[in-house]
Amino acid sequence: MTEIVFDRVSHDFGPDRVVDDVSLVLAEHRIGIVGANGSGKSTLARMINGLVTPSSGRVSVGGLDLARHAREVRRMVGFVFTNADNQIVMPTVREDVAFTLRRHKLDRADAAARVDAALQRFGLTELADRPAHRLSGGQKQLLALAAVLVAEPSIIVADEPTTLLDARNARLVSEHFAELPQQLVVVSHHLELLEEFDRVIVMEGGRVIADDRPGPALDVYRELIGSAR
Amino acid sequence: MIGVFHPGRSLLHRAPALLKLGLLAAFVTAVALQGSLMALAVASVLVMVLFLIAWLPLRLVWQQVVPILWLLAFAVPVQVVFGGWEAAAMMAVRLVLAVALAALYTLTTPVSATLDAMQALLRPFRRWIDADRVGLTLALTIRCVPLLAEIVREVLEARKARGAEGSIAALAVPVIVRALQTAEHLGDALTARGFDD
Repeated sequence: MTEIVFDRVSHDFGPDRVVDDVSLVLAEHRIGIVGANGSGKSTLARMINGLVTPSSGRVSVGGLDLARHAREVRRMVGFVFTNADNQIVMPTVREDVAFTLRRHKLDRADAAARVDAALQRFGLTELADRPAHRLSGGQKQLLALAAVLVAEPSIIVADEPTTLLDARNARLVSEHFAELPQQLVVVSHHLELLEEFDRVIVMEGGRVIADDRPGPALDVYRELIGSAR
Repeated sequence: MIGVFHPGRSLLHRAPALLKLGLLAAFVTAVALQGSLMALAVASVLVMVLFLIAWLPLRLVWQQVVPILWLLAFAVPVQVVFGGWEAAAMMAVRLVLAVALAALYTLTTPVSATLDAMQALLRPFRRWIDADRVGLTLALTIRCVPLLAEIVREVLEARKARGAEGSIAALAVPVIVRALQTAEHLGDALTARGFDD
């Protein structure tokens, strides 16, 4: 797996320090990040493909420093957002998946084959010519995942991909995430999804307060939530 | 253009987007220059034949044409008063034909084909114009229409739930804030998908 390195990373939004001196090396297959709202977990995830540039410290992916090689890193790292609506650009399902490949300069037949394979993998073939904005929440999130995976990234970062979904769609999306061979970094409040992961990081106040296997790390998080009541 | 493409295998579906755009421009110009009702009647029959060739569901065609009928409900009486019934009839037929032809184009052409056609058109000017960027701008413009419509719908519902139906501020402020937030998120999503220059 590719090494994702956070070296003494801090980030400020105005006067607020949202990530505070975090150092981590992420090399496991599936890594979860949990924490309360405002704990800095989404900011940390966004640093992995350079959507957020740290105020201090260094982030690197596969040895490439984000400060100098953001574009190369983005080719390796796919990002799935909380609200799939914000990720959909093109009017129909097929066109939106194909949109990702417009910058990849593939020949038409190769691009079409990759799009068809991505649609089939997520059960979207029947919906290929439907307006993307009229899909259900779960279908939109699967479309967002297909649009990311068609570029064949080696790492996928997902920021609360199931938060806006009902229980059925959340389970459907989680099942697809569980089957991905790519290295996965998932920010989530959906603890069941993270129980099967290799490593879980718990964040609070911009700092890492637990970094362990899912069992012990999620116990720390549950305790944290309990003490906040 | 807003995701209304209806897949099919008709001659019109298979025709190149660039050719269709050219014919659309030529046909609409010809209709605009016609000075007799008879010529417009012939053009109307031709447009109907084109719709039959495209073999589209009537409901979809109607949805595309009906908004212009609302406009005509106001414009035709005014034109009858100031220009007479013949001028009003010709204006109405010209507008309906232009909208119907544009709808025929969008119903039979995926947006990605339009983007490719735009890029092909702009290729000779690539020293001065970034065709990829123009294509992306067009795609985003099309995408933002349903996105903004959804925001307005949700804010109108929230305004109603708070009992502030008449308040302009209760509509404008949340719509502007959410539109700006959506624009920021869309920018992030584009960056994440490699459109970061």
